[in-house]
Amino acid sequence: MKPGHGEVLIAEGDVDVPEEHDELVEEFRAQLDAGMWAAVPTAGSGGRRQGRMVSSFDDVPADADRVIFFPRAAGGR
Amino acid sequence: MLLAISASVIVVLVLLWEVAWPVAAEKIACWRARRARIEVEGYDPGRERRAEQRARALLRSCVDEEEWAMYSDLGFIRVWGGLSEGPMEGHDGRGAAYAYLIYPHKPIVAFLPQTRRLLSEYCVTFPDETRPYGSARLPDSDDVLAKWMALTGDERRLIATANMHLPGRQVDPKQVKRDLWRLGQWEQARLRDRRHGADSVRSP
Repeated sequence: MKPGHGEVLIAEGDVDVPEEHDELVEEFRAQLDAGMWAAVPTAGSGGRRQGRMVSSFDDVPADADRVIFFPRAAGGR
Repeated sequence: MLLAISASVIVVLVLLWEVAWPVAAEKIACWRARRARIEVEGYDPGRERRAEQRARALLRSCVDEEEWAMYSDLGFIRVWGGLSEGPMEGHDGRGAAYAYLIYPHKPIVAFLPQTRRLLSEYCVTFPDETRPYGSARLPDSDDVLAKWMALTGDERRLIATANMHLPGRQVDPKQVKRDLWRLGQWEQARLRDRRHGADSVRSP
């Protein structure tokens, strides 16, 4: 998510393809290093959808089709 | 006689002018200020509108159908709280069901659904300090989605990050009460529609 733009595709690939997997991991780390939070929308218990915060690429569920990065939360006034 | 009346009229006009002119001048200045074109550096309304459209599509793809309908119809999303001790530490309300209202670019409001009592406001922002388009502010629907993901994904962390205030600091409690009433009406209408749909299917 970007101000003035909304959704921006950062990277896409197949985690089962080694080169693409590495590229995705690299981009994932770059986003977190830039201070973003990462989350995966999932179906939680009871079927309700919910976000799942992930802090490493290994935390991303195998069946996730995307990871959403958004700016880190800060206390507002 | 005529001279005296004319003099009186002139005096009255001058006095009226003295009284009315400052007010009129202020009104004119306000009108000019409203009409003036203010160039905001980097702000493009078309781009912002497109960004909001993309953000709405993303939000819709992430949340439940009910939550999306709620946001479309009412302008906010209700998220149920999951902390056993409630959102406010040390507050009397342990174990009671509570929920949050997520508004775009407004504090998150915690409340007790059973009594509609407002508990607190959580002021939280998601500033992008790189300011890619001159602003650190996400589109409205992206702000709602960020709050939704952070709240449903790690409620404790978001609540700990936010600045907590008593209800009414930024969001008008009357407005929230009205929104809760609207939410109740909206849910009843959806329930009626579902029942009506089910009856239609059952009847031959």
